[in-house]
Amino acid sequence: MALRTKSHDMGMHTERLSGRTQQRFFEPDEEENFTYPGAFEVDFNKRAEFDAAKLTPTEINHKIRELLSKGNGTIVMKNPGAKHGVAVGILNKLNLIIEGSLGYFGCGLIDGPNIRIKGRVGWSCAENMLAGTVIIEKNAGSTFGAAIRGGDLVCMGDVGARMGIDMKGGTIIVGGRAGAFCGFMMQRGRMVILGDAGKNLGDSMYDGTIYVGGKIEDLGVDAVPGEMTELDCQWLERKLKLYGLKAPNGVKNMTKIVAGRQLWNYDNLEPAEKKLIL
Amino acid sequence: MAKPIGAKPTAPKGGKPKEDVNKFLKSPSGLDSAREKEIGQHIGYRYDVNLVPDYTRLTPFLKKYLEIMGWDDLNWLEDVHMGYEEGRAAVFDRNINGWVTVPKNIKLPDNQQDRDMIARELLIKFQMSKRHPMVDLNKAYRKF
Repeated sequence: MALRTKSHDMGMHTERLSGRTQQRFFEPDEEENFTYPGAFEVDFNKRAEFDAAKLTPTEINHKIRELLSKGNGTIVMKNPGAKHGVAVGILNKLNLIIEGSLGYFGCGLIDGPNIRIKGRVGWSCAENMLAGTVIIEKNAGSTFGAAIRGGDLVCMGDVGARMGIDMKGGTIIVGGRAGAFCGFMMQRGRMVILGDAGKNLGDSMYDGTIYVGGKIEDLGVDAVPGEMTELDCQWLERKLKLYGLKAPNGVKNMTKIVAGRQLWNYDNLEPAEKKLIL
Repeated sequence: MAKPIGAKPTAPKGGKPKEDVNKFLKSPSGLDSAREKEIGQHIGYRYDVNLVPDYTRLTPFLKKYLEIMGWDDLNWLEDVHMGYEEGRAAVFDRNINGWVTVPKNIKLPDNQQDRDMIARELLIKFQMSKRHPMVDLNKAYRKF
């Protein structure tokens, strides 16, 4: 007998899915909510601090949740000790200040919080981030913002390779240099590199935009220079100002990289046609 | 296989030609190129995913939302645009992985920037609604 779960009791397995998914819109005037149902009501002016030195990553994440449930809208974490998987899965508005460095997969899967990290971060910081802001005051490791879907991810220093790999939205800003293969398989979103960019920038990108203030070592397959518009310049000026950053030679002199869109119908091509493209 | 800087760009020069904002409402299939006609399928998004928002067009609802969340700009909503599915205006909700159709009684502005602002507002209202499908999923699968 198949395992029955709570979802079966709620009748969630009876719907027959067919055709394209399309939800009917609800009545847009029904009620005005600005946070997710079930999110904790917090006040940015209510502040709490805790020391993470003797806590495991799971205990740290539970501690943040506990403080949120008590209405704290500003939380300060001291001594994070470069632990991995910290400050993940926060689906709430929150100001989180981390006084130190994080290890791998810090701030992953977040939806809403504003996080400032006063140290460095390891691999895959803010992986799969959905919304909010994450600011790193020093350097970041590789796969920074992997598969990010939304929000602003800012590193004031340098970042490693494969930044924004498979990114599906959001904005990644780097104040310094970036490693090889940044924007690999990028699908949408914006990447701003104020310093130099490494090899194979934007390799196999499907869509999205990369702005570079320094030199580009070389471009990847199907990444091509695009034309900078007035709207791009306005957006860049505004965004960089938010984080106290400036393009070294002005935003108008930044290089814009977009998808050449030769790979869009890649699956439909014959082998000979694929060879022509690549 | 890398392409050197200075290689001939394949992106359109001089900006894209101005497209009819109602293109996908008038012709839901939206098949343009020979390749699209050959395979009978539209290639790519039905809106410009790279269109950055014009902040002079923010609605009062969106301004209030940004203030509550403590953000200085549209944040994740910069990636939300009004799309077009099966001849109807719609907005994609990543939380249900599906399109949410815009009610027929909402009059669509004549430009994509204002349409995008409406899409952002409607999406917030939908996602934060107690009737959103995620509410039931949360009840069914929440672990802690």
